[in-house]
Amino acid sequence: MSAVADTHAQDHHHHGPAKGFSRWLLTTNHKDIGSMYLIFSFAMFLLGGSMAMVIRAELFQPGLQIVEPEFFNQMTTMHGLIMVFGAVMPAFVGLANWMLPLMIGAPDMALPRMNNWSFWLLPCAFLILVSTLFMSGGAPNFGWTFYAPLSTTYGPPSTTFFIFAVHIMGVSSIMGAINVIATILNMRAPGMTLMKMPLFVWTWLITAFLLIAVMPVLAGVVTMMLMDINFGTSFFDASGGGDPVLFQHVFWFFGHPEVYIMILPAFGAVSHIIPAFSRKPLFGYASMVYAVGAIALLSFVVWAHHMFTVGIPIAGQLFFMYATMLIAVPTGVKVFNWVATMFRGSLTFEAPMLFSVAFVILFTIGGFSGLMLAIAPADFQYHDTYFVVAHFHYVLVPGAIFGIFASAYYWLPKWTGHMYDETLAKTHFWLSFVGMNLAFFPMHFLGLAGMPRRIPDYALQFADFNMVSSVGAFMFGASQLLFLLIVVKCVKGGEKASAKPWDGAEGLEWTVPSPAPYHTFSTPPVVK
Amino acid sequence: MRVHAKRAGVLLGGLMFPAWSMADWTLNMAPGVTGTSNEIFSLHMTILWICVAIGVVVFGVMFWSIFAHRKSKGAKPANFHENTLVEILWTIIPFVILVVMAIPATATLVDMYDTTESDVDIKVTGYQWRWKYDYIEEDFGFFSNMSTSKDEIYNRVAKTENYLLDVDNPLVIPVGKKVRLLLTANDVIHSWWVPAFGVKKDAIPGFINETWTRVDEPGIYRGQCTELCGKDHGFMPVVVKAVPQEEYDQWVADQRAAAERERELTSKDWSMAELMERGEKAYASACAACHQADGSGAPPAFPALKGSQIATEDMQAHLNVVVNGVPGTSMQAFGDQLSEVDLAAVITYERNAWGNNTGEMITPKEVFEYKNQE
Ligand code: HEM
Ligand SMILES: [Cu+2]
Repeated sequence: MSAVADTHAQDHHHHGPAKGFSRWLLTTNHKDIGSMYLIFSFAMFLLGGSMAMVIRAELFQPGLQIVEPEFFNQMTTMHGLIMVFGAVMPAFVGLANWMLPLMIGAPDMALPRMNNWSFWLLPCAFLILVSTLFMSGGAPNFGWTFYAPLSTTYGPPSTTFFIFAVHIMGVSSIMGAINVIATILNMRAPGMTLMKMPLFVWTWLITAFLLIAVMPVLAGVVTMMLMDINFGTSFFDASGGGDPVLFQHVFWFFGHPEVYIMILPAFGAVSHIIPAFSRKPLFGYASMVYAVGAIALLSFVVWAHHMFTVGIPIAGQLFFMYATMLIAVPTGVKVFNWVATMFRGSLTFEAPMLFSVAFVILFTIGGFSGLMLAIAPADFQYHDTYFVVAHFHYVLVPGAIFGIFASAYYWLPKWTGHMYDETLAKTHFWLSFVGMNLAFFPMHFLGLAGMPRRIPDYALQFADFNMVSSVGAFMFGASQLLFLLIVVKCVKGGEKASAKPWDGAEGLEWTVPSPAPYHTFSTPPVVK
Repeated sequence: MRVHAKRAGVLLGGLMFPAWSMADWTLNMAPGVTGTSNEIFSLHMTILWICVAIGVVVFGVMFWSIFAHRKSKGAKPANFHENTLVEILWTIIPFVILVVMAIPATATLVDMYDTTESDVDIKVTGYQWRWKYDYIEEDFGFFSNMSTSKDEIYNRVAKTENYLLDVDNPLVIPVGKKVRLLLTANDVIHSWWVPAFGVKKDAIPGFINETWTRVDEPGIYRGQCTELCGKDHGFMPVVVKAVPQEEYDQWVADQRAAAERERELTSKDWSMAELMERGEKAYASACAACHQADGSGAPPAFPALKGSQIATEDMQAHLNVVVNGVPGTSMQAFGDQLSEVDLAAVITYERNAWGNNTGEMITPKEVFEYKNQE
């Protein structure tokens, strides 16, 4: 892929960013909005992370020391909700805003005003969600999966605010997704056919379709809750003829694709970074695209693997077991591709590569535990224990979060025009890597030994690994402040970055200067 | 010498970290004591080793690249990509491995769904936050509450061996017999799990789920609720005592006799002191989780009873709330959960404890009549 960037056009632009707060409030510039998403998401990451610290502090030793069970449940719930909807999803939207136009040679997102709105809805949603902590009766305490009737008949009064917040987030996500699709389908540079699109663009396109498909389902399920709580219906209330299991089917129809929404963009980013630092093209571009498509399609027919213990008939169990196992095939294809790309490359290990390599290794471990969980009879033992907690933290922390860190380090020079401090970044990586494994690997053992999840206190045989896990968690948590420092340092100054600071990198984003000017690709480049 | 060193270590550990001296660094699932749990265990080990084997290959290639193909070692990048044969192979081989895994998994699942005749049927009902076991053929049933004290939980006294895993009345089953469990719930979803049996099934309000187990070794087996069910989700253990048939028969006979005596108690004349004494116990087991032992509650979800209107004014209203519950809140209808005697005792207790000195009492007979009128 080669391109001619029209840098000349930029010289004629006199309307740079406005000044002051109104720049941010009113901006329709994809780079500004991307930055706001990223900053917001990092703030939420720290907030959700501090709740995780409360959880791990309480679980440091058996017995209740720091918080009451009631508050503990609020912490697990808010931690999950904030991390999923506040940290991971907005971070990917932020990356999409910054990078999609730069990668496809477009001047901006297709619907810039909607873009502004979909961002500003998010702080509103989270203000509402976080304010529930201060309401009488406390914040939502029924887990991020908010199973009825615990979340309806038995939920705290703040549940209605939680529902409102979820609605706003949903609106924001759907608008973000529409924008991504409109941009990718309409604004690619001449010559960039679908099968020439960078993988990050592909994975985001597919993710956006997933979002449009499932966010309305989430909206539906919370609306049914709203009706049950406030308007006397009984969708989920057995005593009124409703069905609590229906809740779980609807929730997981949203929930399983949702977990892929949180990982596919990371797949895309890592598929750029590994070739760049291996100085070798991605092994199988086409098969990577097909694999993502297959994963996305399969993700709609596996939801009941979260419900093996609710008592579905055996034919249903078998169907969902086989379908879930099948997901391992395209997932395997992706992992093999990354490994084959590294094989006989010329590797260097700057921070983006370190995070990406850790991504592949640790995500694969999460995939293995996923495969084990897919085996329905074995899942009877694993389900709702710390084994599941270990599984999804292995796919989400080194998966989604490391993917985001890798992307951030990879593109920071482009965003800020400066190189970040490599030594500090490597320190950040190693502390995160060790902390993360120390925190989450022992959870496999705890789950297998029989420790249920979402409990504020535990039997004595679980004491050892819980303490190890808490130490790891504190270590992981503290190291994230280092990331803040690195980014602030990089924004303020540092070695000047060239247009293409990574010698192996490919793509249109490296044809514009660093930092990327406020307006880029006013004239589309031509892709051959 | 080594023994002494070990003992000293345990002693020191016990003083510094009371919990650690009992912790045991368990890494893996235990095979358990039933056919099902053993099948699951071997399935688990099979998949685990397959995953380990795949991991060794994949990570092996990766680490080889990481060490051998470094730019700093002068590695020159190759330029190969897209190889249809390789890509087909690494799609087909995993698929075949999956089929190999699916076969034993399917067989195990079919075994678990065996619904042939059982020897004993027990209804298991999840309540916030305790279990109720009803022996369907035998006409008796009882609640099973966690018996670990608040003092242990709040670290005021040393924790005992079965911390959080002890109950007042365990479920008792005969060994070698097929026991069918019918699970449901009274309020929110709970999940009944005994790892050693390989049995975990959700107890869902409005549904009756079915599962079964056959335990061959006598013993005491422990598990916990595994579906988040509210504030005391971590404090509703499952304890099952598997005993030889003769012992089981004797136990059943005792339970039936005790149930009969309970029913007779309704017609007995109760004194205030007797009701207060019984009421305190019933309160501790049925009410204190929410309203607290000292009646202070945890407002606004769980109102205080101490000095409250309901517990000091109109007796009929008080009776109505306890018997019928308050719809839409976590206040359950205790009319079906407690005997007339316990209902009378609890209400009398609530009206006279913690300085609520109304001096009023209600008898089991009055409660019986009230329930009949409805
Ligand atoms: C090979 C691919 C995967 C397979 C076969 C798989 C399988 C499973 C299964 C069977 C469960 C349910 C376990 C239980 O509750 O008993 C589960 C839970 C979960 N998985 Fe995965 N998974 C895979 C990949 C992922 C990915 C990529 C993510 C997210 C990035 C993810 C996130 C989660 C989450 C969040 C839960 C727990 C949800 C909850 O109950 O709170 N999984 N997975
Ligand atoms: Cu899933």
